[in-house]
Amino acid sequence: MSKAMKENGEYKNNFVNKKNIITAAVIIGVYILIVVLTEGGVLNRQAKSLLVPIGINIILAVSLNLVTGFLGELSLGHAGFMAIGAYTGAIFTIYANMPEFAEFLLGILLGGIAAAVFGFLIGVPVLRLKGDYLAIVTLGFGEIIRSIVNFMGITGGAMGLKQIPRYSNYTWTYIIMVITLLFITNLVNSRYGRIIRSIRDNYIAAESIGIKVSRYKTMAFVIAAFFAGVAGVLYGHNLSIVKPGDFDYNKSIEILVIVVLGGMGSVKGSVIAAVILTILPEMLRATDDFRMFLYAVVLIAMMLFNSSGFRTRLEESGKLPKLSLPVKLKAK
Amino acid sequence: MALLEVKNLGISFGGLRAVDNVNFDIEKGQLYGLIGPNGAGKTTVFNLLTGVYRPTDGTIKLGGIDIVGKSPSEICQAGIARTFQNIRLFKKMSVLDNVKTALHNQIRYSLVTGFFHLPAYFKAEREMDEKAMEILRVFDLDGQADYLASNLPYGKQRKLEIARGLATNPKLLLLDEPAAGMNPNETAELMETIRLVRDRYQITILLIEHDMKLVSGICEKILVLNFGTELAAGAPEEVLNNPEVITAYLGE
Repeated sequence: MSKAMKENGEYKNNFVNKKNIITAAVIIGVYILIVVLTEGGVLNRQAKSLLVPIGINIILAVSLNLVTGFLGELSLGHAGFMAIGAYTGAIFTIYANMPEFAEFLLGILLGGIAAAVFGFLIGVPVLRLKGDYLAIVTLGFGEIIRSIVNFMGITGGAMGLKQIPRYSNYTWTYIIMVITLLFITNLVNSRYGRIIRSIRDNYIAAESIGIKVSRYKTMAFVIAAFFAGVAGVLYGHNLSIVKPGDFDYNKSIEILVIVVLGGMGSVKGSVIAAVILTILPEMLRATDDFRMFLYAVVLIAMMLFNSSGFRTRLEESGKLPKLSLPVKLKAK
Repeated sequence: MALLEVKNLGISFGGLRAVDNVNFDIEKGQLYGLIGPNGAGKTTVFNLLTGVYRPTDGTIKLGGIDIVGKSPSEICQAGIARTFQNIRLFKKMSVLDNVKTALHNQIRYSLVTGFFHLPAYFKAEREMDEKAMEILRVFDLDGQADYLASNLPYGKQRKLEIARGLATNPKLLLLDEPAAGMNPNETAELMETIRLVRDRYQITILLIEHDMKLVSGICEKILVLNFGTELAAGAPEEVLNNPEVITAYLGE
């Protein structure tokens, strides 16, 4: 009997199965561990201040991975969607007068939806392009968003939008990060995920088996934009100020670097890479002037020794438990 | 009424007339062969039938319904599945997932179900697994269900492509050189499989092939193309002994 048939068991017990219980235990365990570490004074203030950015970068990287890793299209406009989310959410919470919980939750949803709407408007015409062309158009899109924000009154222009309530904290970020991870992992392991991956592998063959390629490409793009928008809202409410300069193409590239280092098409890899690449610049702070130089050197070294990303490493070593990776690498 | 009726089919690429005035009818359940020398326009006919190219002239009717101008995905949903001359698998996906992807139009669930993995997800996935494994068993691929498609040997990749096409539940299956690159044993085995598939799934098959043993062995009717036009049509023994066909293949 083949392994695949045995894996049928994973579909048998619906919600309550061993895999889901382990996943839930890990999620709660990590949360409690970090709370204990911060409350117990093991993590200093600097480390604590990194928790929210790490979560935000994980959300950004995992959502970009849906487009770049799973759909196989290079998008360089992820910071643009983040900007839309950040400004929409911030403007909402500044002007709305509601209890904190409801206001922030609504702000997050609105930010995500606004980014998703833009994702749809841009995706429909742009996703007809492929490869380099798509990369250039999305790059242009990100810059256009930044320029528009620069000129608008309600966004505070180049000076930035100030006095955003500081709602983002560790708990909010952690919960939203977990939701993002679960949603995207679930999606990738569903029939939609298979369709998205099949388009990446061979879009002509995908069409030949009845897949409406542009519809599912747009779908993946919109979902990624939504989560980028959500990450943007968290970002704005963490710093209490957002400037157009925060969302330039450097930010998009930064997210892309995380995705590539983690491994294209690997959710777990993106998480690990996001953690490392968020902490790294802070750890290098001690080296002062050489900080960005060392960051680049470390990055190059990591890519050289880890050229296929963390995913292959994880899969090959078999040391880490398989949560629910979609791609079964079985070299024979 | 014939399952597939092709009338006056033609396409021009600029000044090049790649296919010109091709007519044929395929009856339900038939095993039909399309042969011809290199560059005769066989694959172009496949691309016209599956909507990759839009014909400049002519009509294509599947079960009496005109399918000209429909997109490849719509034509697949109308009931035509195909394989490719240069194998086009989803290489970084498992063998099982390749087939399961092709089941997407038959077993569906909503995006919300996909996001939350609601009970409907597990039921549908189980159903898909069963159906996909059943198809893989026909092609003797069930033992390699969890291999990456790119790790399969060449002959099995060809089979997987047929399995994937079959999973879309087609009325008509187009096979573009299914035996290319296979040794005589593999070809013989493939012939058996093709016949079995036709009988078991009650489908019609149109195939392009250069291996005359395979063609004469399983095809009930053959159409010969040369320079984009029909050269001959009829039963295999009669067509393959036609002097014009022999000339087209071997020269004067």
